[in-house]
Amino acid sequence: MAETTAAPATADGDERLSKTPFVKKALGRPELGAVAGAVLVFVFFGIVAGGTGMFSARGIINFLEVSSLLGILAIGVALLMIGGEFDLSIGSMIAAAGMVVAIPAVVWGWPMWLCILLAFGVAVLVGLGNGWLVVTTGLPSFIVTLGGLFILRGATIGFTRLLTGRTQVSGVGDAAEGDFLAPLFGGEVLQGLFVWLSSIGVVGQRLDGLPLVSGVPMSIVWFFVLGAVATWVLLRTRYGNWIYAAGGDKSAARNVGVPVNRVKISLFVITASVATLVAVIQVLDAGSADTNRGLLKELEAISAAVIGGCLLTGGYGSAIGAMLGALIFGTVQMGIFYTGVNTDWFKVFLGAMLVIAVLSNNYIRKKATEAR
Amino acid sequence: MAEAPLIEVDSISKMFGSVIALKDITMTVEAGEVLCLLGDNGAGKSTLIKTLSGVHRPSSGEIRVGGKPVAFDSPRDALDHGIATVFQDLALVPLLSVTRNFFMGREPTKGSGPLRRFDVTFADRVASEEMAKIGIDVRDPSQAVGTMSGGERQCLAIARAVYFGAKVLILDEPTSALGVKQASMVLRYIAQAKARGLGVIFITHNVHHAFPVGDKFTLLNRGRSLGNFAKTDVTREQILEMMAGGKELDDLEAELAEFARADSTADGGAAAAESAMAASFHDEVEQVHHPRQ
Repeated sequence: MAETTAAPATADGDERLSKTPFVKKALGRPELGAVAGAVLVFVFFGIVAGGTGMFSARGIINFLEVSSLLGILAIGVALLMIGGEFDLSIGSMIAAAGMVVAIPAVVWGWPMWLCILLAFGVAVLVGLGNGWLVVTTGLPSFIVTLGGLFILRGATIGFTRLLTGRTQVSGVGDAAEGDFLAPLFGGEVLQGLFVWLSSIGVVGQRLDGLPLVSGVPMSIVWFFVLGAVATWVLLRTRYGNWIYAAGGDKSAARNVGVPVNRVKISLFVITASVATLVAVIQVLDAGSADTNRGLLKELEAISAAVIGGCLLTGGYGSAIGAMLGALIFGTVQMGIFYTGVNTDWFKVFLGAMLVIAVLSNNYIRKKATEAR
Repeated sequence: MAEAPLIEVDSISKMFGSVIALKDITMTVEAGEVLCLLGDNGAGKSTLIKTLSGVHRPSSGEIRVGGKPVAFDSPRDALDHGIATVFQDLALVPLLSVTRNFFMGREPTKGSGPLRRFDVTFADRVASEEMAKIGIDVRDPSQAVGTMSGGERQCLAIARAVYFGAKVLILDEPTSALGVKQASMVLRYIAQAKARGLGVIFITHNVHHAFPVGDKFTLLNRGRSLGNFAKTDVTREQILEMMAGGKELDDLEAELAEFARADSTADGGAAAAESAMAASFHDEVEQVHHPRQ
């Protein structure tokens, strides 16, 4: 068989190869727009903010940290969007999960590891609830999770006030002291590397001799690990193919035996879980939880995923794209800060970026699936 | 052949409430045989294939696969018995690649535990090989199905069913939305599947597509069978007549001619146009009845 297929391929191989130039291949990738956007943003701030310390070690860690928190969300959201659904409740989920960690730890004195596990347990339940509602009712997930957005936010404020009389719970830092699970979410890694880097002069030193950058925050580690895992899952596992299939055409997927409902429910569990991950990282980092955390994060995460090439209709997109989308967000946010432009303009820029991304995605998809 | 036929349909009926959708349909398909199921719209073709593919259950009668009576709970169940149906929507996702569509829901894996993964190299190779077997040279198995022509998509859906062990292929109007070239691509593939020993049930309302590849013809009209005919016993024209299409078209032709005559006495200009139209319609009907032999 190999012989017979090889023969005609070589006969007109050259002519065929010239028909799919690199540009067209690149156009078929969902990340293209985000790569172009990221390059543009870096070049722009490289010129405008080059001398401000934005691209010093400290500056890079800063914008990576901002990007990574959004990126963790965006990766989960991208998976769900590829699977053809939305989750608007993740912003509220961040606040809710933060309280689920903080209240038992501070008010009731539970060990931190138990609180963290409890938060992820709650996330799984919320995800299952969202997913179950969406697949059984057949209602648009946009509406179902919009309900979730209000319910979770309201319940978080309600319970927090009921149990503590306030809307903010602090003192988590002390509660996390010495816990075995907490360092996985809060804190930093590679401190030794930065001490060494500063000793050879690559990274600047403070007056007391410690490096300016003490280490890589865990959020950045999670960001890259999750991005790698999500990419691998999407491109190289059965489950990944099912996500694309469920989002691309759910009845077609069902007809060939893809468990569409299970896939979708599991994706809602993933989005609720990444929201909880962000919440745990933030709570451990700040040492406090606030009922206002995560406000509008759901829309930012969707924007990052869309800038990264996810289609609103599902079935198309990538985790790397979502990561780049989040990186663009973080870079612009910090870049505007460094250049000293009024930060009010940040949102204008992002809005314009989003619209441009959607337009270009639309065009790319048309090109990618154009009938010969 | 001494073996039991691949699939036997024994006087099945299907009622939806008081509506008789199918009444006493009997037919058999042997290995290496193409059965064409012909009928106009509303004749019950869709109900019949849905019954065969496990979507509906027959109200009465029996389906036997390889001589054994079966009752399908779902299309998946029918598939496990080797009966694969390619519906008109093809169950393909346009945004996904050829490979990913080919193996959708049945992805080959390698490795084990958490490292169990989609074997992309194998999948790509098999997908291009299977497509090459039916004469479609897939330049790049990672190209989106949306970039393929209708005929190629139809062939992909059929190739997928064959690869995953179908013994009986049920094809629901595979040529209806296709141009002449595309349709002949699909017909050629049906002939190939037959040569490989598969049983094919080919649903169509186009006699000219059915006749070249069919061995047997079952005609449906208003939920009843007009009979089973072997190719040797019947001509294309007889089938057309039986489908009622032939008579209706003749009547329509006569009517149009009548209009043209009546109008020519009243208004010269319009009548000329009318008669020209009638003439061209006549040609068309001639084409349908007696295509270029």
